Order: sequence, then structure tokens, then C-alpha cells
Amino acid sequence: MSRGLFAGFLLPGATLASREMTRFFRQRSRVIGAVLPPVIFWFLIGSGLGRSFRHAPAGAAGQNYLEYFFPGTIILIVLFTAIFSTISVIEDRREGFLQSVITAPVSRASIAFGKILGGTGIALLQGTVFVVLAPLAGVSLASLPFLYVFGMLFVISFALTGLGFAIAWRMDSAQGFHSVMNLFLMPMWFLSGSLFPMEGAPGWLKGVMTANPLTYGVAALRHGFYGAERAAGVFPSPALCFWVSLGFGLLTTALSVALCTRRERSA
Amino acid sequence: MSPEKAAVEERPSAAAGRALALEVEAVSFAYPGRRSAERVPALDGVSFNVGKGEVFGLLGPNGGGKTTLFKVLSTASLPSSGRALVFGRDLIADPAGARRDIGIVFQSPSLDRKLTVKENLTHQGRLYGWTGRRLEARIGELLSRTGLSSRASDLVETLSGGLQRRAEIAKGMLHVPKLLLMDEPTTGLDPGARRDFWTYVAELKREGMTILLTTHLMEEAERCDRLAILSRGKVVAGGTPAELKEEIGGDVITVLARDPAAFSAAARKRFGLEALVLDGTVRIEREKGHEFIPDLVGTFPGEILSVTVGKPTLEDVFVRRTGHRFWGEEK
Repeated sequence: MSRGLFAGFLLPGATLASREMTRFFRQRSRVIGAVLPPVIFWFLIGSGLGRSFRHAPAGAAGQNYLEYFFPGTIILIVLFTAIFSTISVIEDRREGFLQSVITAPVSRASIAFGKILGGTGIALLQGTVFVVLAPLAGVSLASLPFLYVFGMLFVISFALTGLGFAIAWRMDSAQGFHSVMNLFLMPMWFLSGSLFPMEGAPGWLKGVMTANPLTYGVAALRHGFYGAERAAGVFPSPALCFWVSLGFGLLTTALSVALCTRRERSA
Repeated sequence: MSPEKAAVEERPSAAAGRALALEVEAVSFAYPGRRSAERVPALDGVSFNVGKGEVFGLLGPNGGGKTTLFKVLSTASLPSSGRALVFGRDLIADPAGARRDIGIVFQSPSLDRKLTVKENLTHQGRLYGWTGRRLEARIGELLSRTGLSSRASDLVETLSGGLQRRAEIAKGMLHVPKLLLMDEPTTGLDPGARRDFWTYVAELKREGMTILLTTHLMEEAERCDRLAILSRGKVVAGGTPAELKEEIGGDVITVLARDPAAFSAAARKRFGLEALVLDGTVRIEREKGHEFIPDLVGTFPGEILSVTVGKPTLEDVFVRRTGHRFWGEEK
């Protein structure tokens, strides 16, 4: 782009991100849809499973299930929000907004960044709302390592919104996205250590969970909430969680930019 | 190449000798098909020029290639070959440079319905690098020009179709483009809004704006300074509406005959003229049609059910250049 970094990249990225936020908060059903179901899941599944299965796995020593399930629920909120905000790419395309964006004198990368950043902001806010509820899960906010928790939450939100964008960019219907969500995104969450710890899983599943980048996001929040002393010696370490999540975020962003830079061509 | 194409190029254009706003040269585009044999070219060597300050119309039936051409000109799609220069800058090779000079009004709305009119314009301005007071002032100016000032903070989805189209035009005009591209701008508008639209176009033209619009409506094409008629991906005719109709010369006689094919053959033999059968009617171009009709009816008594004579329309031009009806092309 011959135009400056500001006019050709930062300004369009920022304006698209702020549009994303405005739209989200204007549609109240979306706000509720992203926050309420995970909270209900947490409470119902947490209460039900907690009473039925008392066997305490190594990673969750001394915790009740509601406590164990809490970090995974935050990740679920972030995942839902990321999904809903990237589905809007499909709406933008179908409703026509996107046509005026792709013909504007801005780099395609700024379109991807704006969209992803907007989704990240929304996901981060929603996640934060739930973090404030942490005392319900036996975590005192006073002892919470805020910087680590929010830093990680940001990186994870960014990675998941990027993933959603990369999936949604080429799709022409929201239905298609839903099947990807059920086939790919939900299992990714199930197998992230949100619902059950890796230690008790059979070997093959352990392999899948180790390869799942979201496992490191859930573990990171677990470290943040329940302290490094409990996490001592537990795989993965806080540092590993950070690097894997960051790598995941960079990868999905790079993928989004690469996909979105391609223009429709004549055959 | 076809004789039509040669004719288009020979015709001295009204734009000759003036600065050109848009030069389209041999643009081709094909949508991907499963096999290369199945690929139908949506654009096949399209060439035309638009002079500075002109209102130029791309007329053609739906499926004729207008929308594909519009996508190429708006830099949304890359053609397989050809050039398109906007004020001398190739929008295919250097889209970023050309984009600042082009304002685009899409056929399907590009406004975000969940945002207000003003929010839409603000985001649009920022995409073009405008900020602060300059943007604020420009938005105010456009809102008052399009009569939307009082609706500025209403959500777009609460606006009527006509007002949405106005907001759409304000959006396309925001960054002060030199060339305004509009795809079927009056689609879905009621007659009142349509009139408003053409008043606004005339106003923009007076201010020196160059406008290219696509349409499938003959009466709208009539209002353009110059036209290119697009059919099956090719420019089949070009010129001012008057020039195009002149080439037919005289009148167009439409005959409803008992047996159109037999009548057409007999008339051709008897009078040595072209008699084209179209949708069960026979179409004859002839000077002084009213003088010819008594001859025609007298020669074929009982064969003719009805005869009408009229001045050529742009539809007649289309029929002559393509051999089929404007609206019947899909069949």
C-alpha cells in the first residue's frame, strides 16, 4: 500500500473493530447468547457431575467439580463469542457490507485485523464478566494474578477469533459454519481439559489433548485461578501455556490474512 | 470479429478530444466451471471509453455481463485479461491507487443496517483515511444534500428503500471521488424516489462528476449521455441514445401475421427487406413506415392480423444488434 501505516492499516482496522463492538452490543440477544449458556452449562453440569463423580483426579486435587469446571467455562464463553462475532463475516458478505470494505483503499490484512480485533475485544469483555464471578468458584479476586489471567485471556480470544475468521471467510452460509462448529470447534473444547483432566484419559485421547492448542489455554487459566503451587509439576507449565497459545494466535491470524488477501479472479 | 464490433469502434465518440475518465480495453472474465469447456465467459473483450463529466450507461439484460463488469470496475474482481484506466491509472494493476478516485454505489445495499446513517458514513470515511473535523464536515454536507440530516441518527434498517438508496449514494460520494460507479441504482425504488435520483444525477453532472451506471431499463438508458449495450459479455453497440436509434433509420414496423415464418419469407422476397421473426411477430425496419404499410397490407391480404408502426427505441437497437429480444435472452 502506498498510503501510510495509519490511513491504510491502523485507521481502517480500528474503525472495523469498533463497528464490530457497536454491532455486538446493539444486538442484546447476542450478548445474552454468548454469556448465559456457558454459565448455565457450568452450573448444571458442574453441580450434576460434581455429585455423581467424586473421584478426584491428580490435576484437580482438593477441588470440587464446579471449581474444576470454571476455567473451561470461561474458555467456552470466549469460544462462543469468537464464533458469533466471526459468523458476522458471513453476514457482512451476504448483506453487502463487505463489498464496500474490500473495494476501499485499505490493505486486506487490515480487514482481517479489524474483524479479529473487534471479536477479541468482545470475547475479552465477556470473559471478564465471568472472571468477576470467580468467588463463586472458590477463587478470591484479591489473590488473582490479573496480568497473567487477562494477558492469557486476550491471547486466547485473539487465537479463537482468528480461527473463526479463517473458517468463516470463505463460507457463504451461517449453516455451514454451524456444522464446522459442531464437528470441530466443540470437540476442540471438550478435549481441552475443560470437562475432564488429561491425566485420567486413555492414551490415545491424551495424545489428542496434548496436540490441542486449546488445552494450553484452559491450563493457563487454571494456573491463574488456582495458583502455581497446585500446578507445580503438572503438565503444561504456565510458560508453555503462554507460548503455545501465542503461537496458536499468530497461526490463525496469519491464516486469516492469507485467506482474505486473495481476490476473486477470472477462471 | 463481428461486424457489430467494428461499427462500435468506428463510430466517432462524443468523448473524442475530451479527457477520458475511464478507458476499458478488452476486458474478459470467466467464472470458474467444473471443466474448462463449461466455462462461459461473462465478459468477452469488452472495450469502451467514458469521457470526463459524462453520464454513461451500461445497458443490457440481466445476465448480459453488467454486474461482472461492475465488479471488475469496482476492483472487487480481477479479470483474466484487459485494462481499465481510471483517469489514466490502471485499476487492475494498481487497484489501491485507483480506488481513491472511484465512488461505488452497489446494487445490493452495502450499508450496515444495525448502525445509524451517520455511523455508516463515519466508518466509510475512515476506511478512506478521513478523520476528525474534515470527516465531520463532509458527512454534514452530504447528509443535507441528500436530505437525510434529520435521519442521521436513525438505524439504517428503519429507513425506507428510497432513503436507504440516498444514504448509499452519500456513502459512495463521501471521499469525493472523481468517477461514480452505480450498479442498477434505481432498482426497487418507487417512481418518486426514481425521479429524485435522476434529479440528483443531473445535479452531480452539473458539478462535473463523471458517472457510470448500469441499467436494464430502456427509459433510464435514454437519459444517459452515452451508452454501451452489453449482451452475452460483449459490447454490441455504443454511442449516444440518438445515434443508436438513428442507425435504424426511419420506423420500425411490427406485424402480427397468421404464419410469421411464411410471411417473413414472402415479404423478404417481395420487397427485398430484412424481416426478422421474433416471438411470433415480424419486425421490419423501413423509412417512411406509414407510406409502406398500405403496400404491405395490400400485398398480403388476409395474412396480416395487425400492424403497428413506431419510432425506433433502444430495444429495437438491441434487437437489431443481437437478433433477439431484450427480455427474452435468458431462454
